Amino acid sequence: MHIHRLEKIWIVIGTLMLVVFLIAVGIGAFVMDDHPPGHSKGIKLDPEKVYETPPFDNPRLEKIGENEYNAYIVAYVYGYSPNNIEIPVGATVHFYVTSADVVHGFAIPGTNVNMMAVPGEVNELTYTFDEPAEYLLLCNEYCGVGHEYMATKIIVKG
Amino acid sequence: MHGKSDSKLALWHILVAYVALALGGVAGLLQGLVRGGLIELPYGIGYYQLLTAHGVLMALVFTTFFIIGFLYAGMVRTTGPLLNTVNRIAWIGFLMMVVGTVLGVILVLLNKATVLYTFYAPMKASPWFYIALVLIVVGSWCALAAIVSQLRYWKRTNKGKMSPLFAFMSATTMILWFVATLGVAATVLLQFIPWSFGWVDKINVMISRTLFWYFGHPLVYFWLLPAYMCWYVILPKIIGGKMFSESMARLAFVLFLIFSVPVGFHHQLMEPGISPTWKYVQVVLTFLVVVPSLMTAFSMFATFELYGRSKGAKGLFGWLKKLPYGDARFLLPFVGMLLFIPAGAGGIINASNQMNAVVHNTLWVTGHFHITVATTVAMTFFGVTFWLIPHLTGRTFTKKLNRMGILLTIVWSLGMVIMSGAMHIVGLFGAPRRTAYTTYFDHPTALSWLNYETVMAIGGVILFIGIIILVASIVMLLRAPKGTEEFPIAEVHENAGSVPAVLDKWGIWIVILVVLILIAYTVPFSDMLGSGYGSKPWVTW
Repeated sequence: MHIHRLEKIWIVIGTLMLVVFLIAVGIGAFVMDDHPPGHSKGIKLDPEKVYETPPFDNPRLEKIGENEYNAYIVAYVYGYSPNNIEIPVGATVHFYVTSADVVHGFAIPGTNVNMMAVPGEVNELTYTFDEPAEYLLLCNEYCGVGHEYMATKIIVKG
Repeated sequence: MHGKSDSKLALWHILVAYVALALGGVAGLLQGLVRGGLIELPYGIGYYQLLTAHGVLMALVFTTFFIIGFLYAGMVRTTGPLLNTVNRIAWIGFLMMVVGTVLGVILVLLNKATVLYTFYAPMKASPWFYIALVLIVVGSWCALAAIVSQLRYWKRTNKGKMSPLFAFMSATTMILWFVATLGVAATVLLQFIPWSFGWVDKINVMISRTLFWYFGHPLVYFWLLPAYMCWYVILPKIIGGKMFSESMARLAFVLFLIFSVPVGFHHQLMEPGISPTWKYVQVVLTFLVVVPSLMTAFSMFATFELYGRSKGAKGLFGWLKKLPYGDARFLLPFVGMLLFIPAGAGGIINASNQMNAVVHNTLWVTGHFHITVATTVAMTFFGVTFWLIPHLTGRTFTKKLNRMGILLTIVWSLGMVIMSGAMHIVGLFGAPRRTAYTTYFDHPTALSWLNYETVMAIGGVILFIGIIILVASIVMLLRAPKGTEEFPIAEVHENAGSVPAVLDKWGIWIVILVVLILIAYTVPFSDMLGSGYGSKPWVTW
């Protein structure tokens, strides 16, 4: 098959750039452990029994170390439990999120916190809040007629 | 065109597509104005109802009807009149799709299916909404049967000849569509319908999402490949040049076929229930479409450069001055092609594993698919429409119509750049997609998005003017002076070389495709099947 010399060069350079790119993404994920959210050790729970199943029977912020917290959060139509979470600046928070009904979003604009809350599943993500602010935590997946009101705050105190 | 019934068949598909586009455009305009905070909806119409109508009518109905009509017209042009049986199957498919569309739209208007076009479980629409979707999909499978049978007949009667490029590409597009729609058919038939009728209590949410996105990404290539057919096969003829290379065009198409299906997880990167390893495997497979995309870009500009130089163009870029920018049949797809360059760059960001967290479910994504399907693909289809309708109706493409086409190019690209540009920027700041007007109780972050949302509304109004120009053009096309209009099919450049036989077959490519799908999905899909609790139905609107 005839391929023009310039086209061969074009494809080879493009493919090499792609390989470098994919290696960089792969190193980010597997060497630097910067995975997308969700590697929650395969925990499942019955979405009809969320409020009876630990740890979501008691949705809360739990201190586990020096300025380090676990946040067990239930998303539901149209809010999050617990509401208005307060943490000190510099806090590292491990978010564990599930849904009590339909699929919801869990996003904090201005940070890289952005993940899906899926019924029956637990999503997990860690973030360190280095800036004091009242962050908006909102649902970014359509969940019903009150979707645009589904939000709360993460208050990071300086 | 030879058979009158064939022309009618293609024309009806195109006309239904544009009725859907006009209705979807009204929904889009209203959404833009609501989100921009400029109006509130009267008569209890819901924002999310409009959003569902807009998504279904534009993404599923407009595209599918236009594509199938365009492919039929091109099959007739390159392989002769449709066989009687083929013509009959095609009409049956058309009727099924029309019934499905009407049923679906009625249910959305009745507020029985406000689940958006992705209909994520465990939100439950009326079971008849899912049945409407089945009718559209099965109707489109009739088009696959029709196109493949027509091509087989041509091959039987033209032994030893390479099949016409347009026909090969049509069949490849429909095979891609069939493989992709198996996923959505499986989730609708095996999960949604029994569950929405109440025959089973629970639905496995992760399985349904995974089957949806197994379909949802190749869906975008089903939109794109017919636009590429116009670029590869038709544009060189319109500018008066020749196709750069037939083998590379065919190779690009089979590569799109095998690399566009086993990649759905890049839409699910932010989800639980899928291990990071399998997400990464599908991210790698996603990016392999870079190769045929680079080939397509090279072919297009090589064709343009060869043409310009044949007209005496000098210097490195002199050929750019020789292109027929005053011809709407060229300008519409060409501007779409140029805007595909930033659009593709945005797509690379979306699929980049970790970087997806910055843009996932923000207005950036809405901006992305408006600059891709609603710009590159739609503008190419508009360009095709200006000669295809007169070709099918025995009329001519006049100077006046050409001016309408140029005007449409300017208005549409301007509206899209403004609207999609604002969506991309405010999306980076975190503004969510698929959300009605809100200030989140006057939170400063949300208030800072409002100006961008007003700009989006302005872009939306400009686009609606574009839709009015388009509808007027179609009415004018249907009443244009009688005559003949050619269906342009380019010849191949004399230096292109011969085409290897393997690029006129699908067997080997389908085997590779199936193997890749099995590699990408078997383990994570079995994990989902073997574990997890189901969800009961919810109606939250």
